[in-house]
Amino acid sequence: MSLRTPLGRVLGKGSAGDGVGHWWVQRVTAVALLPLTAWFAISLLGKQLQSYDAMRGWLGQPWIAVLASLLVVTLAWHSKLGVQVVIEDYVHGKGGKTTLLLLSTFIHIAAAAAGLFAILRMALA
Amino acid sequence: MSQPRPLSPHLGVYKFMYTMSLSILHRITGVAAAFGFLALVWWLMALASGPEAYARAMTCLSTPLAKLLLVGFTFAFVFHFCNGIRHLVWDTGRGLERAQARRSAALVIVAALVLTALIVWFGCRAMAVTP
Repeated sequence: MSLRTPLGRVLGKGSAGDGVGHWWVQRVTAVALLPLTAWFAISLLGKQLQSYDAMRGWLGQPWIAVLASLLVVTLAWHSKLGVQVVIEDYVHGKGGKTTLLLLSTFIHIAAAAAGLFAILRMALA
Repeated sequence: MSQPRPLSPHLGVYKFMYTMSLSILHRITGVAAAFGFLALVWWLMALASGPEAYARAMTCLSTPLAKLLLVGFTFAFVFHFCNGIRHLVWDTGRGLERAQARRSAALVIVAALVLTALIVWFGCRAMAVTP
């Protein structure tokens, strides 16, 4: 005998009411980040990091700017999901938990916006 | 809800295995990498702001504390990357036997240390610093 209601079974969202969306997006962004971060790290290590002109010239190229934008958005998304789980697991007071979750969300969105803006400014200059 | 519901035993009742430290390290390095991401955005903003701002940022990155942080972020990111692959393999249902999980744990630690050393070495060259 199942204790689940017919509606609950059809929605398939489990006892927390969220379903597997969070879990799944964490994996999708993880898979996307494997090539993106590897590409970015290897590329950076081959550059003259002290040279402003060299770095601007590199990040100003169209495809490099597209990949770097994808990297920033995917990193922010994956990081937001991960930090959210850590806060939910270890911060117990309801007020503190909500405050930290809000703060983390705002910081991640602001960081993504800043990163995207910086890349676009260099690419479209 | 007066009846207390069954809870899974607390972490403290389990015998310590070294694979457990990788599990907690995955979270710690993930949070550290989140701060590393903020540093990356700060660096991108400096680069987009012009030559003076970029020069200031690179001077800032050359202080001993910043170098220590960069090595820390590098290890955090690389460990999270390697152990993340291990988690993705587990998600397919493979490698969950005890012996396999111990072997992959050792592999992740070795790979993370070797990759960190390589990145720090090449990073010093790219930053024009003697390692």
